[in-house]
Amino acid sequence: MNVVVDLNRCQGYAQCAFLAPEVFTMHGEEALLYHPVVPDGQLERVRRAVAACPVQAILMGEEAGAGAR
Amino acid sequence: MRGEVRDGRIVIVGASLAGLRAAETLREKGFTGSLTLVGEEPQPPYDRPPLSKQVLLGRVPADRTGLPRRRDVEAQWRLGVRATGLDPIGKRVLLADGEEVPFDRLLIATGTRARPWPNPAEAALDGVFTLRTSDEARRLAERLDAGPRRVLVIGAGFTGSEIASACRERGLAVTVAERGPAPLVGALGGTLGALAAKLQRAHGVDLRCGVTVTALEGDGRLTGAQFSDGTHIDADVAVVALGAIRNTEWLAESGLAAGPRGVTCDAGCRAFDMYGIVTDDVFAAGDIARFPHPLFEYQLLSLEHWGNAVAQAEVAAHNMVNPGPRRLPHLTVPAFWSSQFGLNIKSVGVPTFSDQVVIAQGSLKDARLVAVYGYRGRVTAAVSVNQARSLAYYQRLIETAAPFPPAPGAADQIESPVPVPSDVPDPKLLSHGPTVALTGHMPDRRLTVVQPAR
Ligand SMILES: Cc1cc2nc3c(=O)[nH]c(=O)nc-3n(C[C@H](O)[C@H](O)[C@H](O)COP(=O)(O)OP(=O)(O)OC[C@H]3O[C@@H](n4cnc5c(N)ncnc54)[C@H](O)[C@@H]3O)c2cc1C
Ligand code: SF4
Repeated sequence: MNVVVDLNRCQGYAQCAFLAPEVFTMHGEEALLYHPVVPDGQLERVRRAVAACPVQAILMGEEAGAGAR
Repeated sequence: MRGEVRDGRIVIVGASLAGLRAAETLREKGFTGSLTLVGEEPQPPYDRPPLSKQVLLGRVPADRTGLPRRRDVEAQWRLGVRATGLDPIGKRVLLADGEEVPFDRLLIATGTRARPWPNPAEAALDGVFTLRTSDEARRLAERLDAGPRRVLVIGAGFTGSEIASACRERGLAVTVAERGPAPLVGALGGTLGALAAKLQRAHGVDLRCGVTVTALEGDGRLTGAQFSDGTHIDADVAVVALGAIRNTEWLAESGLAAGPRGVTCDAGCRAFDMYGIVTDDVFAAGDIARFPHPLFEYQLLSLEHWGNAVAQAEVAAHNMVNPGPRRLPHLTVPAFWSSQFGLNIKSVGVPTFSDQVVIAQGSLKDARLVAVYGYRGRVTAAVSVNQARSLAYYQRLIETAAPFPPAPGAADQIESPVPVPSDVPDPKLLSHGPTVALTGHMPDRRLTVVQPAR
């Protein structure tokens, strides 16, 4: 599973970084960095982060066009 | 009518952010016909903003920024093959491998590529890079891992500044060369440009403004660079961050209004032909598109912004499967983010569409502020530095053409409540291209060129 964060929408509330710190981390006070590919053991945590993001900025899904290579 | 627009053959050329989001939206809106995505790059759609951030910092490998999908798009993917031409009468896209793909409706989403170093022999030196694709990011990240003695970044727009920031965070020595008076000045004007310059120097960047790189030197491998002021540096890596070139060459014979500034389209993403006549079956979205925006006097806007690619692709897809009266305009307020030197920079509106700027909240001294931009007495943009949560408020001011300067915020004390000139330089003064270009009504063909009054 992959994630992408709409950083225009993201308000830096850091809920995601709290819930899934291996995938989402704050960089400086406000900027969010994330791992686009979710490690297997982190899926449940990331699902919770997606649900908890107050502005619904995180999109999680299968990698697009993965079968297309 | 309904059946007619919801089926048939749709081809999308450009299988990146805009192409993917359009494909998903087409299916969401009930398109049941055949869908083909053509992409020059061999890998499925991936996200570019992390390339100059997470990837250069060494936190994420370059080939692991793949975009998630919202839903299955049930498409034929033609990846690793370039579209070389468009036959608008026969309604076919011509591919580099000799194949032809017929369409009923076409979406052009071919984006941009990095502007190369103008001297091909120097550009070919080992150690000279550009950064637009994941492949380029992989090679550059590998070179940064190897610990070069000095990195030269040519061009201090957003990409160049982010690269410099990543290098400093890795502890590498960096020189940044910018023809203009300050980093980011082309996008954000003089006040924030001066702040960016101060920050870069405080983070140990050897920042040189008002100079150009006149030669990259080396014999097979890059060894150094010569500057227009007569100085010279040793460097074993150079990153050319001179802005982007729009991928419109394949449309040269198509009769569309397509040129170096992009593909001109209407607010509904329908492409114009070279005579300014709107087509009904060819659409454009993302970095490639130039479209009129009512908030900026209907000037044509080209944006190199992630959020625009997403929003415009969704509008284009909607309009491709809806009859005229149900079509939607793409009127999103432009928005952009960047992170560099520990700061979160966000922008709404078009800061270059301004004559004045005021620090409406916070202060330059603390590098925590909102700068609000005005044009002839109305608010046209706002940029936050580590103060992103205030931006939604200013976006509403932009949308409603609220008077500039805005009334002072109640909570925050203000450093300089007095508007100053926004000092947006002529883009010709910059090394890099602007990430927002207001290009007026000037379709890019001789027949229709209107010289703007100067
Ligand atoms: C390093 C970097 C950092 C960025 N950071 C930010 C940021 O922080 N914030 C922000 O808002 N934006 C940022 N952006 C900009 C953002 O990534 C773009 O706005 C976005 O990618 C545009 O999407 P697009 O689909 O329109 O075009 P592109 O992503 O350029 O995709 C176009 C695709 O079309 C393909 N193509 C081109 N020509 C052909 C052809 N003839 N035939 C077939 N395929 C073709 C290309 O290979 C490419 O895959 C950044 C961009 C880069 C490069
Ligand atoms: S929870 Fe949402 S708003 Fe908060 S930092 Fe994460 S993505 Fe941004």
